[in-house]
Order: sequence, then C-alpha cells, then structure tokens
Amino acid sequence: MTTTKEFEFPLMDGTLDGMTHLVSDRAIEGDTVLLNMGPQHPSTHGVLRLLLELDGETVITCIPDVGYLHTGIEKNMEAKTYIKAEVMSDRLDYLNNMGNNLVYCLAIEKLTGLDVPERAQVIRVILVELQRISSHLVWLGTHALDLAAMSVFLYCFRERELILDIFEMISGQRMMTTFIRPGGLWRDVPVEFEAAVRQFIEALPERIQQYEKMLTKNPLFIRRTKGLGVMTPEDALRWGVTGPMLRASGIAHDLRKAQPYAGYEQYDFDIPTHTDGDTYARYLVRMEEMRQSLRIVRQALDKLPYGPVRSNNRKYVPPPRSELSTSMEAVIHHFKLWTDGFTPPKGSVYMAVESPRGELGVYLESDGGPKPYRIHWRTPSFTNLQTLPMLAKGNLVADLVALIGTADIVLGDVDR
Amino acid sequence: MDETLQSLVEQLKERFDASTYSYADEISLVIGPERMIEACRLLRDEHSFEMLVMESAVDYWPELKPRFHVILRLRSLKHNLILGIRVPLEGNFPTMPTLETVYPNANWFERELWDMFGIRSLGHSDLRRIVMPHDWEGHPLRKDFPLGYEEPQFTFNFDEIDLRKPYAKESQ
Repeated sequence: MTTTKEFEFPLMDGTLDGMTHLVSDRAIEGDTVLLNMGPQHPSTHGVLRLLLELDGETVITCIPDVGYLHTGIEKNMEAKTYIKAEVMSDRLDYLNNMGNNLVYCLAIEKLTGLDVPERAQVIRVILVELQRISSHLVWLGTHALDLAAMSVFLYCFRERELILDIFEMISGQRMMTTFIRPGGLWRDVPVEFEAAVRQFIEALPERIQQYEKMLTKNPLFIRRTKGLGVMTPEDALRWGVTGPMLRASGIAHDLRKAQPYAGYEQYDFDIPTHTDGDTYARYLVRMEEMRQSLRIVRQALDKLPYGPVRSNNRKYVPPPRSELSTSMEAVIHHFKLWTDGFTPPKGSVYMAVESPRGELGVYLESDGGPKPYRIHWRTPSFTNLQTLPMLAKGNLVADLVALIGTADIVLGDVDR
Repeated sequence: MDETLQSLVEQLKERFDASTYSYADEISLVIGPERMIEACRLLRDEHSFEMLVMESAVDYWPELKPRFHVILRLRSLKHNLILGIRVPLEGNFPTMPTLETVYPNANWFERELWDMFGIRSLGHSDLRRIVMPHDWEGHPLRKDFPLGYEEPQFTFNFDEIDLRKPYAKESQ
C-alpha cells in the first residue's frame, strides 16, 4: 500500500490549530466564541457537525464537518457484482430509495444498451414520483418542526406512511426496496397497486391544502423564513446547486425536462420556480413540486400499459421462475447470473436524474468484468450543503437551523 | 450525440492538443493537468458551461503512467449540454492545479479527491480530509487499499505481507 506521508499537509491534522485559516482573526484573539453544534443535534437532520464562530448570537463563520455517516459505499460496491451492489444504492439517500435504484439501473442500462419494457418504465415513473412526494413530506415535516410547528410534522408523517405502505405492498419493504432492477423491475406490481395509488392521489391534494393553511400565510412561519438565506441565481450556478434550491432562485432547470429519462418526455408537467431565492421561496417551490408529481402519477396511471416488466435479454436479466422447471437454458442463465453476474462491455458512463434534492448522478466505469471498476455517486446533498457557510454568515443561530432545513440534506447522501 | 457539442469538442481538441474518449452518447476531452484550468476557464466564459457537476477520479493501479484519471463533468444550462473532461495523472503522489478559482464548488470535491485518492490540488484553500477521520492513514478508494479484513498469508507471500501487518513484531 502506498502512503503519501511525505506530502502530508499541516492542515490535515483536523485540530483547531489546523483550522485557523477558516475562522476570523477575532476568534484567535478570543473576541468571538467558537461553538460546536452537532453531530448529535436534532435540527442538523442526522449527524452533521458544525463549528460555529459566534459574536453574541450572530454567526460569523460556519464550518461544516461531514463524514460521520461515511460508510464507504463506493469502495464496497467495487467489490460486489453489479446486481449485489444495487442493495447499497438504497442506503445512500434513505429518503429516496427508488430514485437511487433508478439512477443506478439507468447507468447500467446506458452502459450495456439494455432495453426496458414500456410497462416497467411507467411503473418506475409512478414509484419515483411517489418517492419524491414522500421525501418532500419528510422535509416539510422536519423543516416545520425545526421552526417549532409541531403539528405539521405529525400530519406529514401520516401521509408518508401511506406511500410506504404502497412500497411495502409491491416489494415487501417499506424503505430499502431494491424494486427497480437493471432491465426493468424485480416483479410486476400486484393488482391492488393501481387502486391504492389512485386512492392516495385522490386524498393528497386536500391534505396539501391543509399544510398550506397551517404554514403559507402563518405570520410566524413567514417571519422566520422570508428573506432568510437568499441565494442569487449566479451564486447558485457557481456553487453547482441543483434541485428545488436552484429553482427557487429563478432558474427553471429540471433534468426531467432538460434530459428526459425513463420516458418523462411523455408527461405533461410544469417546473415550479420562484425568483426570491429565500427560504420561503424554497418552501413554495417544494409544495408546488408535490402537486406536479401528483399530476405525473395520475397521467402515468391512466396510460399504464400491460406487458412484461423485465427485459428479455437473458445475458443481463434472469429468466422468469416458471421457465426454470422446463428449460435447461433458463437454468444455465439463472445460475450464471446469480453466481458470476453479468459482464458489461468496457467503458464509462455518467447518468443523472432529478432526485427530490437535485441532480443525483452516477459515474460508472466498467473494465469488462462482473464488478463495477469504479462507481462514483454525485449526490445533490453534498454540493447543496457546501453553500451553508455562505448562507449562514451574519444570521442568528436560530436561523441557521432553518437554513439547514431548507437545504433538505440527507446525511447518508452527503457522506456516502 | 449533439452536433454543437461535437463541433465544440473538435475545436477544443486542436486548441488544447487533447484527445477524446467517447462511449455510449457521451464524449470526454482528455487534457493534461497543465492545461486543464485554462480549458475549464474557456469553457465557462465563452461556451457558458456554468456548472461543475462532478469531480472525481479513477485509479488504474498497478498502471502508473497514468495511474489516475480525474473525471470532470461540466454542464451548460444555456445550451443543455454536458461535457466530460478526463485528466490523466502519473505516479503515486500526483498533483494537479486546483479548479477552485474557476468553480468554487470544486472545494469539497477536491478535498474528497485528496481524502479518497491522495490527489493533491495545488493552491487549494482548505485541503483537509473531508469524510474520513483526520488521523486516517492512506487513501481508501485507491485500488491498493484493502477493503477490510485481514490479508490472507500463504507460504509464498508470508514474509511480504507480514512486513506491513500492523502488530508489534519481535525483531523491533
């Protein structure tokens, strides 16, 4: 193993002495206070640690320290076959399991040129949009909770449970579903699926109205969020911010429209934007996004075609269970796929989708073997969190809590 | 592949003496580390590639020339294009100029590059480890970094592995 000892940096030791370049001179003179916030702090949404330099209650500098949830997923995936590595993708962004599965499978499909049947595409869209709603519901609940609106949290989690029930019905798991597979889906959805989703999308618009009644015109909520953490469109682009944060700054960029995948070009929906770029604008954008997702789900359910849900390419996709008792060829394929795995051609691809938080990308490189040679997850939370010091500067500690909430970070997604 | 992107790549290829790599419908420029900043600045200012989407690397160990490829993806929202850049780096202790001056969000990406691959960005403002503990030894995403567990010793390589095993040895 090669080490880089001789190139070691003085900055690397991670103590405060090594961070003097990050705080202001006043901190060194003892004029301001350095305060540690997190990693065990309820409003950091996981295990985010912040080192704050405070003048009274005003934040002078905010230094995020991430990595408390680092699990080495990229390294682990390199050691597993493509199909076995997929279960790790669920665990990255644990509020967007279906979206993570989707981008991983799309990357493999791009790498191998694998086809996906129409029915599978439509079900994928339904699931990913339901997941987006559930992720936004968690965001809304916890964000409101941070701003001391307790009841919204309880209502949001009630509705989220309905989505998780649908996921449990189709895959047996509430969260770590691994339902979307390379070349299609794990299996077809049960017959009750359509009715359950319809029931949910009929009920939700009224519920969203209830949330808005509690927050949108609530003077306390407005005073806490309006004008806080304003991000200009130039800053947003410079810092690579994506998702609702970018759209709240007035840039209508959505990968579902810009570079459609999984048949998104067939659906009619709008990209909600706002020009204020503050915390309140980001709230409005996300609320509208939930409505747009419902529109997409409704259209997808109406056109849901019948047919197979997995590609018929036996070199990549295992044969149906029923064929195993009658076809020797199916047995061989089944055995080879579950022991050796499939081997995509040599090459590399980058595939990106619009996750609830922004651009979720996978860089996948294959050396022609059964395991990914290199897989890199470009996660939206990681890049969006990087703007926190910029937004927090000059605000109060209580507002910092609102800013962490509005970035909608998932620490599993930041640390990977 | 998009025609605008194709012609842009041809143009840059000549100007920066680069080669290209393409797979599926994607295209990447392969540019040396000494000219990559210039190329990125040009792409940002004149071809409106406003956003640095991703910066990571691939380790081709035991190959040393080049051992690493730094992978960049730049996105142009205006033209709805995405362009890849690959920067080959040689040797076990590679360095490259920092992209922070062009795209500020390269800050954390390059900290991650240092942390995971030991690729040092020259001129970086804050090159600390980002996700691993600050006293961690080695760079986990390198291919010669073991995934975990203990390395099995056989008769033919017992001594070789024993040398790097972290336990108190009698001779010392």
